[in-house]
Amino acid sequence: MWDYTDKVMDHYKNPRNVGEIENPSAIGEAGSLVCGDALKLYLKVDEKGVITDAKFQTFGCGSAVASSSVLTEMIKGMTIEEASKITNQQIADALGGLPPQKMHCSVMGHEALESAIANYKGEDAALHCDEKIICQCYHVTENVIREAIEQNNLTDLEDVMNYTKAGGACGQCHVAIQKIIDELKNKKEKVDIKNMSVTQLVLKINNVIEKYISNELRKDGGDIELIDVKDNKVYVSLKGMCKSCKFSSNTLKNFVEASLKEHISPDIEVVEV
Amino acid sequence: MPGNNTHKVVYLDNNATTMVDPKVFEAMKPYFCELYGNPSSMHYFGGQVHKAVDKAREQVKDFLGATDAKEIIFTASGSEGDNMAIRGVLEANKSKKHIITTKIEHPAVLNVYKYLEKQGYEVTYLDVDSQGNLDLNQLNNSITNDTALVSIMYANNETGVILPVEKAAKIVKQKNPKIKFHVDAVQAAGKIPIDVKNTDIDLLTIAGHKIHAPKGIGALYVKTGTLLPAFVIGGHQERGKRAGTENVPYIVGLGLACEIAKNSLNYEMTEVKRLRDKLEQGILERVYNAKVNGSTSNRVPNTTNIGFQYIEGELILLHLSDLGICASSGSACTSGSLEPSHVLKSMGVPFESLHGSIRFSLSRFTTEEEIDYVLDVLPDVIKKLNHISPYQRELKELEQKHK
Ligand SMILES: Cc1ncc(COP(=O)(O)O)c(C=O)c1O
Ligand code: FES
Repeated sequence: MWDYTDKVMDHYKNPRNVGEIENPSAIGEAGSLVCGDALKLYLKVDEKGVITDAKFQTFGCGSAVASSSVLTEMIKGMTIEEASKITNQQIADALGGLPPQKMHCSVMGHEALESAIANYKGEDAALHCDEKIICQCYHVTENVIREAIEQNNLTDLEDVMNYTKAGGACGQCHVAIQKIIDELKNKKEKVDIKNMSVTQLVLKINNVIEKYISNELRKDGGDIELIDVKDNKVYVSLKGMCKSCKFSSNTLKNFVEASLKEHISPDIEVVEV
Repeated sequence: MPGNNTHKVVYLDNNATTMVDPKVFEAMKPYFCELYGNPSSMHYFGGQVHKAVDKAREQVKDFLGATDAKEIIFTASGSEGDNMAIRGVLEANKSKKHIITTKIEHPAVLNVYKYLEKQGYEVTYLDVDSQGNLDLNQLNNSITNDTALVSIMYANNETGVILPVEKAAKIVKQKNPKIKFHVDAVQAAGKIPIDVKNTDIDLLTIAGHKIHAPKGIGALYVKTGTLLPAFVIGGHQERGKRAGTENVPYIVGLGLACEIAKNSLNYEMTEVKRLRDKLEQGILERVYNAKVNGSTSNRVPNTTNIGFQYIEGELILLHLSDLGICASSGSACTSGSLEPSHVLKSMGVPFESLHGSIRFSLSRFTTEEEIDYVLDVLPDVIKKLNHISPYQRELKELEQKHK
């Protein structure tokens, strides 16, 4: 049994705004029968661009119905501009949260909303068909995966499965998904080091030292201390056994610097003082 | 009453697990605080307990139609029995590296094969047709000189469809008597007669909790002459194949549950079947977008798997649960895995039914009143959910056809 919040239960038991709108201003769609989740969203928009009515039809589980239902409540009365800023996290939050494995339901709601807004603006919905499909089993495109990772700070494959369903069936797409995760992770971290304040960077470095480096050195009776950070240069001093060890320069380059490069940025250079 | 959770639970999920028969529970009780001796002890106190274990072994033997009580090994679960059989046969015959099974086995078997594939074994997964039936020709053609083991389930847990294991065993042995034949009979036991005596079956697994014994006890039938190394190494218990002081109360419970199951078979195959058919027919008549998955002519008497087209299984289960009705689905969303039922997929069940398939499984404790209650409330639940579906046009067409 899922651990659904009272809000989720209320919405799947008594879904609001079920049905079609006749002559809608826009229709948005997400998911498909094959995936086991599908959502149709109908909008009525007035001349000022305000959403005056929203209805939905959903094929999906309890949290899929709840996500659709709460979404229609959220967007009624909003302008199209305002609605376009809604994220999947906001949909989940409006329900008091969703179990991690069910986050894809909020993502589907968000996708249907995007699709409806595109439809309203007269953008070619067929655009989406040209996108690269990463997960064949669930027809998940590269863009959907990227957006889910960036908006929700996802860090591993399981997260991506929970949020997009991609990778949840045959598993053939796991390598491709991992590639996207890695690429975004690298990109994010590279940007970070330039924009980070010194304090932030020091904190991050200390974190990596704590988590990945100190323990290993202590096993051999040594340790390490962070002395200073200037731009991309990290000044450290080796302690204990490491200090007198003739392999210390080796340890420094191949282990300490490599770890910091891996976890923070490839630009980092370690200097012993 | 309906809607406010005070209705008594209508339990139609007996393929997941069953209620312990109160008679079984009573029989187990003395073996906790009174007759707690070790069956291996020399003293009379332990000796009494030894007798109880012997009696249970006889009861299981009779239930399965084995020749000798020595052929029964007590296990801790169906999964353990399956593991012991499959991995034991392969360990005893290390030179052969090929296994044959079906696509619709329980994970307790399938995941063992996935593991073995990583260890270098080759596994042939036999197909099933849209009714869930096997093609014995495919089995025949799959046997090679390298085949060590064939393992086929007796009845499928999701659809209840019965597989022709006796015929399959015969085919295998005619080709090569050295190949071992294992049957996962966890879902067949207590629902249809099992009689291993005059068959070519070498190993057969059952689990207590599917036949009104407690969870955590099971048995593996190992035909005399079948080489099986120790699964748990240690003392001499279970003829050295599974060491560890016996779980006496549970063994006693399993023994009695087997005896009662044997005596209840007739009831299962007439009365439980009648109620199952009433439920199934009633749903098909009242709900236009309902369709049975799998063969209806060749099924255990307690199970029906019904696909509700264009609506999703978890949503159905949640609404039924609110009415006190417990059923289950192989649907993606309930199990925590995203993948829909591998069994229904193997049968080629179309997507519009696949995601909305619900299994109802009865037991000898199911009453007519309970079935009537389900038939009373279920059609309205489905109607309400149909209304939410984006596939209104498709549903309209089904409704027209139904009339
Ligand atoms: C066909 C089949 N085999 C094996 C098992 C596993 O039994 P247990 O849960 O006792 O390990 C089950 C139980 O769901 C089953 O249905
Ligand atoms: S392609 Fe993604 S799970 Fe199969």
